Amino acid sequence: MTKDGKPFWNPYAAGVALGLVVLATYVTMGHGVGAATASFRLGVAAVNAVAPGHVQAVPSLASTVGTRGALDNWLVFEVLGMVLGGALGAWSAGRFGREVARGATFSGGGRIALAIAGGTLMGFAARLGRGCTSGQALSGGALMSVGAWAFMISIFVGGYGAAWFVRRQWR
Amino acid sequence: MTPFPIQSLYGDHRALGLLLAVGLGVAFGFVLERAGLGRVRKLVGQFYGTDMTVLRVLFTAIVTAMVGAVILSAVGLLDLPFIELRYPTYLWPMIVAGIVLGAGFVVSGYCPGTCVVGAASGKLDALATVGGLMLGGLAYAELETAMGAFPNSGALGSVTLGQWLGLPAPVVAAAVALIALGAFLAAARIERLVAARGAPARDAPARAAEAPADTPAPAPSGADVALSP
Repeated sequence: MTKDGKPFWNPYAAGVALGLVVLATYVTMGHGVGAATASFRLGVAAVNAVAPGHVQAVPSLASTVGTRGALDNWLVFEVLGMVLGGALGAWSAGRFGREVARGATFSGGGRIALAIAGGTLMGFAARLGRGCTSGQALSGGALMSVGAWAFMISIFVGGYGAAWFVRRQWR
Repeated sequence: MTPFPIQSLYGDHRALGLLLAVGLGVAFGFVLERAGLGRVRKLVGQFYGTDMTVLRVLFTAIVTAMVGAVILSAVGLLDLPFIELRYPTYLWPMIVAGIVLGAGFVVSGYCPGTCVVGAASGKLDALATVGGLMLGGLAYAELETAMGAFPNSGALGSVTLGQWLGLPAPVVAAAVALIALGAFLAAARIERLVAARGAPARDAPARAAEAPADTPAPAPSGADVALSP
């Protein structure tokens, strides 16, 4: 059951707040925000725990682990903060609740399968595009990077192109 | 030199830098949650025309950070050229990656940042998306060498829209702000059109208060109202 809790912020006010977070990150970290890197690094750390030999055999995995380990990166700490901030926001607004978000007529198992499939596509794309919606489109877009804008426009193209095929999961 | 040591993540300041990263992440996650972007229906509403919060939040944030970066750079608080170097353009892989990421966004219902917030607010499908991100990232690492030169193709360096178009940065910034404004007006219009067609239930409460002044009150004389003869 979805708990609605407090009303959401006005989207323009939320956008200004988000822009200020990005700005504060530029000033203090010399880099924009990011999200997908942390998930990737967590995955690399997991593989390194069970198959360190394989990690050493794949160049980009080996360089991610480096000498300090895959999780010793500021973006991992930033995403740890996102978990805390997201939980705080949801809990303090009365929105925290365990559920599988989906349409009333769609199965929970099907929804989880699509979530994993979509996540896999994004995890791949975030490596290829050197960032995700936050790390490239938002952080690079605000710096007026040509690549970030090409990436952002392509996200909308891909999203609108695929929307019709997966519409049933929201019904 | 900017007052903040950009190398704060190295040497003696490393612990402080990582603590600051946690703090920035808390703010980032909190803002996304309160904007409603931990909520799958608000996110995918962008792609069905029912709720264009994603576009509003994203473009407002871009314009805010863009204008803020130019101002802070002008007063010497931000080393903008240094940060721009962190965002090189590889045109072809970025276009392909954007299309794939956009498809993944609407299939999973989240993006790589908002799924973290969704998972943190108890959404198990968002947690599954985080799991998918790990798999996809690892798959990329395994396939990277097989893709040959493609991931580094279309390399233009750290080029900005202004440099690319041969226009001064403030002109491009103003154009981006105007495009954002146009997109906000178009988004409201699309939402009204989709709502009028009887779209599936919306997650968001009615946003009547936000409708721009050019919205005429529903009048029977409107061309979209089919009156029986």
